[in-house]
Amino acid sequence: MAKYATPGDPGSVITFKPRYDNFIGGEYVAPVKGQYFENPTPVTGQTFTEVARSTAADIDLALDAAHGAASAWGKTSVTERANILNKMADRIEANVELIAIAETWDNGKACRETLNADIPLAVDHLRYFAGAIRAQEGGISEIDQDTVAYHFHEPLGVVGQIIPWNFPILMAIWKLAPALAAGNCVVLKPAEQTPVSILVLMELVADLLPAGTLNIVNGFGVEAGKPLASSKRIRKIAFTGETTTGRLIMQYASENLIPVTLELGGKSPNVFFDDVAASPDAFFDKALEGFTMFAFNQGEVCTSPSRALIQGGIYNDFLAQCVKRTEQINQGDPLDTDTMMGAQASNDQLEKILSYIDIGKQEGAKVLTGGERADLPGALSGGYYMQPTIFEGNNSMRVFQEEIFGPVVSVAKFSDYDDGIKIANDTLYGLGAAVWSRDGNTAYRAGRDIQAGRVWVNNYHAYPAHAAFGGYKQSGIGRENHKMMLDHYQNTKNMLVSYSQNAQGFF
Amino acid sequence: MIEALPARVALTSEAADLLRRLRVVHGPLMFHQSGGCCDGSSPMCFPDGEFKIGGSDVHLGDLDVEGIEPVPFFMSESQFAYWRHTHLTVDVVKGRGSGFSVEAPEGVRFLIRSRLFSDAESAVLNGT
Repeated sequence: MAKYATPGDPGSVITFKPRYDNFIGGEYVAPVKGQYFENPTPVTGQTFTEVARSTAADIDLALDAAHGAASAWGKTSVTERANILNKMADRIEANVELIAIAETWDNGKACRETLNADIPLAVDHLRYFAGAIRAQEGGISEIDQDTVAYHFHEPLGVVGQIIPWNFPILMAIWKLAPALAAGNCVVLKPAEQTPVSILVLMELVADLLPAGTLNIVNGFGVEAGKPLASSKRIRKIAFTGETTTGRLIMQYASENLIPVTLELGGKSPNVFFDDVAASPDAFFDKALEGFTMFAFNQGEVCTSPSRALIQGGIYNDFLAQCVKRTEQINQGDPLDTDTMMGAQASNDQLEKILSYIDIGKQEGAKVLTGGERADLPGALSGGYYMQPTIFEGNNSMRVFQEEIFGPVVSVAKFSDYDDGIKIANDTLYGLGAAVWSRDGNTAYRAGRDIQAGRVWVNNYHAYPAHAAFGGYKQSGIGRENHKMMLDHYQNTKNMLVSYSQNAQGFF
Repeated sequence: MIEALPARVALTSEAADLLRRLRVVHGPLMFHQSGGCCDGSSPMCFPDGEFKIGGSDVHLGDLDVEGIEPVPFFMSESQFAYWRHTHLTVDVVKGRGSGFSVEAPEGVRFLIRSRLFSDAESAVLNGT
């Protein structure tokens, strides 16, 4: 067990500044209207810094800076751009503890995850896109003896990105890596719940990027997000968040006819077939862990396996063991490396989760474990902690249909393959899903039959680069984590060249 | 005498107070119930007309707030299919808000408290 010192205390890997301005044109710029908002840590509920409360004027400054840098960055060779992304990756890797603890303090998640998942994945993501842009090819086609079509990838120019609070740095890098690799300049608006960790990272890498290439403007969605998403000066907007805002973003984008990519959430089914329990072996143990993955990141993951569908033949025994496994989850101080589950990101998230526990009970779902706010001792008692909770019920209940966004899983039984697939697909969403089976054919067929963009087979919550990630149905548009993402951030230029000396015969 | 349909939506006095304050800044208001990631599953409050309502949305009702225009409450049709058996009360809690919902800078967040409709209410509202 190792415990990191509280930020700002002696021996801590990070001390936050009392105030964070916007990062525009390579430097820190105070918000035009001079307003700031307080930023508490979910670990204790205490304010630890204040952050720029930006408005349209600040977005304009950032767009000015981005436009100022766009031409040069767009013309920078792919080699140079890739080298810069690689240097950013190296710099982040060299400072993993500092950045991970900053992330834990801003978001509330256990440092075990930021140290081992969030930040290493971010590092790898930059390296992946550095490689992908180097290997990207256009195309040449010979149309006829005199005519050749040349296809080139060109950057869009300046793009806007609005990111969520559940993986503040990783979600930023998921969007930044392909956008910057493809030669675009970015105005990024972090979530107001977690506005600081990305600035801590920016401080470490600012010297590596030309000024204006990446600009970070903090503020509230209604005050800073709207001017960005509805700006005439961006060529694309990317958003991760919830469905209503996703629709709003598309509306704004439609005003300016710009493309949108969206990642909007899910109610991912975790499907366990009878054969999983065929033997009490390592794989069975893995399946139990697979069930417990609903607690990863405190359940604040768009792909959280928040519905567990267990086949009837093994239902009672398997579920009993899952309950035991869940009760072994180590919840505690997020700065302790043994802690598995930390705090929810805010008070209103915690309240929302509790309101879902309430409606679940009203609808007749049974609480098998948890179901209450967790009261942790000492300084943590002001933080936002929720017990891991298992509900048992049926798929038409609201707790089976809505994204609770907390460490809550709803369990239902299914009878046969067709029943399992039907229940798995009975959702508005289609982001993630998992199939657990020892039988390759079952796993394959189920994986293809489930309508989700990411189907894990015999694992969960793995997000390697080069595995495309995105939603079906109401879960969004576009795919991340894969070189196909470069297409979202580029235009195709077709140069259609004639080598004939003679008139074409029209006029 | 024709009886009014039972209401599908209501609000707490705290929510009403907040809406009155927000109306001063933003003009007439509306709600759209969200789903999905992060800040979903809570109602989004926008200036009325900011969010385009269309053929895929259901108008659950209007919230009566003393002193200001009624605040309409909408939800997507597909989501409504799963919510129609519950009554929704708009409440307020302290929090970081959800980006684009207008109360975010106030340090609070609208939240839905739900209850199941009684059999009698359900018979009238949903025909079941």
